[in-house]
Amino acid sequence: MSSSARLRNDDPETPDLPPAIIRMRNIFKIYGSGSAEVRALDGVDLTIRDGEFVAIMGPSGSGKSTCMNMIGCLDVPSAGEYLFRGVNVGGLDRDELALLRRHFMGFIFQSFNLLPRVNALANVELPLIYDGVRRSERRARAQEALRIVGLAGRESATPSQLSGGQQQRVAIARALVTEPPILLADEPTGNLDTAMADGIMSQLVQIRAERGITIIMVTHEPDIARYAERVLYFVDGKLVKDGIPAEVLS
Amino acid sequence: MRWLDVFVMAFQAIIRNKLRSFLTTLGIIIGVGSVVAMVHLGQSATRSVTDEIASIGSNLLFVMPGTAQRGPGGVRTSAEPFELDDVEAIAQEVPDILVAPAITVSPTVVIGNANETIPVIGTDNNYFAVRNHRIAYGRAFDPDELNAGSAVCIIGTTLIDEMYLGQEPLGTTLRVGRTACRVIGVLEEKGQSMGQDRDKIILMPVKAVQRRLLGSLDVQTIYVSALIDGSTGRVQKDIESLLRQRRHIASPKDDDFYVRDTQDIANALASTTNTMTILLGAIAAVSLLVGGIGIMNIMLVSVTERTREIGIRLAIGARTRDVLTQFLVESIALSTLGGIIGLVLGIGGTWLVTSRLDMPFLLAPGVMLLGFFFSVAIGIIFGFFPARKAARLNPIDALRHE
Repeated sequence: MSSSARLRNDDPETPDLPPAIIRMRNIFKIYGSGSAEVRALDGVDLTIRDGEFVAIMGPSGSGKSTCMNMIGCLDVPSAGEYLFRGVNVGGLDRDELALLRRHFMGFIFQSFNLLPRVNALANVELPLIYDGVRRSERRARAQEALRIVGLAGRESATPSQLSGGQQQRVAIARALVTEPPILLADEPTGNLDTAMADGIMSQLVQIRAERGITIIMVTHEPDIARYAERVLYFVDGKLVKDGIPAEVLS
Repeated sequence: MRWLDVFVMAFQAIIRNKLRSFLTTLGIIIGVGSVVAMVHLGQSATRSVTDEIASIGSNLLFVMPGTAQRGPGGVRTSAEPFELDDVEAIAQEVPDILVAPAITVSPTVVIGNANETIPVIGTDNNYFAVRNHRIAYGRAFDPDELNAGSAVCIIGTTLIDEMYLGQEPLGTTLRVGRTACRVIGVLEEKGQSMGQDRDKIILMPVKAVQRRLLGSLDVQTIYVSALIDGSTGRVQKDIESLLRQRRHIASPKDDDFYVRDTQDIANALASTTNTMTILLGAIAAVSLLVGGIGIMNIMLVSVTERTREIGIRLAIGARTRDVLTQFLVESIALSTLGGIIGLVLGIGGTWLVTSRLDMPFLLAPGVMLLGFFFSVAIGIIFGFFPARKAARLNPIDALRHE
């Protein structure tokens, strides 16, 4: 499994489209049982192709975050089939899922989730440590990632010394430092004011344009969703709308 | 994940919480420190006892009136004391021995302006060989002085240091009780032993002490040195049967005196110190265990506190074993650090105590290694459960943890 290997589209029905990297077939996520049963995901079918920028929307409790965790291999479905780049994720164990996340996915969270009391550079280096990258190379790559998000010179600042927008940029640098093909963002602007939020979104758009990565983003703000090319709208664990932002958000 | 990074991560975590890390590891520091100190001190005590016995004179027997058992409250049950005749009889009847009488009194001794209570032993010239305490310079008692009980004395070096203030003592006169006494010799330096200064001593002819200081013809102790190695058993039996005869003790009756072999005393003391060492060592080992539980406790708290951090690590691709290793190495580093500090403190403490008490300072590499590996093992054993708890966290739950 190498993140740099490009997929070929071997789907005869859609030969002109980019290959599908995520295919979900009839996915269920069920908590509890009997009368207390909650269907966080209730039979979701979904295909996301390489290079897409997808926003996942829906009211709270609609299953959008659950779907995101499922895509990010942080959670496994109760039933259904999830093929990630053709690999059935349902057959992987905990550590194999971890390796999948390490090599193919970068995560950004609403609350940034940086390690407190550790400086920006060390936070960005963290994924490379697990990849066994040497210290000198790690340094260089982390510095480069921080430069890309416009934080050159703030390497030694700890999260508490940075603004929310800057913290989220560190998180983006951390997500991108391993050069994953997919970026997963869970409410990336949820804790930021409008100006900062727009800054972060333009950053993501720019990175996608430069690297051709796939971005999947959960948000409840239509303004933010408009940055995406495609919007998935969830209600009660079901995918009810799927289309370009103008259609879905109208 | 590289091992170097694992260690760096662990030490960073330890340094980040300096006070907590120190308090956590304090149990191990105390545990290892006390185990190491106890065993080392025990070893030094045993050695100092052995050295002691050797310096008292090997193949030495003490003969004293009374019974070996000490009665409740009293020191010895009353029994007829020995006299010089008994000493002579032993010297003549038992072959291959040296015999010296000893009478110990503690009068006030005055030298110039200084006065102090000093043990005075009345004996004869055999004393030097029997007790392995030779004359450094000056001379021994001459036969006339011994017969007449002349007021002459041979002094230990402490008197020169403390009372003569380094002045030449030979030929001077000091006062022992009410007797003016001429110094004719100085003993070799023997040093401290078991808290006693063995150079703080004055030897006088036995008759001089009997007449001038004691006022009776009693002899308290008879020292007997067996001249042939390994013959103390035979000598003891000979002395016992001779004294029973002289003291008219019929067969069913018990001796009203006792003969004690220094080797017996050495063995008894050594076994006492050994028992003490084992006991104290065991108590110290328990404190080490408590220290380990302390580490486990703090590691569990730490895992709960850092749940979110663990979630982040899992999300960015840490495997179960990466997280397990991180926390395990952290607890091993804590306990090993504690072990090393404890080792240093334990040895330092031993050195301090032994140098104060004038005991030999011996290092026991085996015990040091054992203490070190024990602390590592404690880190593994008590760190494993918290580390496994951390490694088994569900990434989503961990990320949502507040």
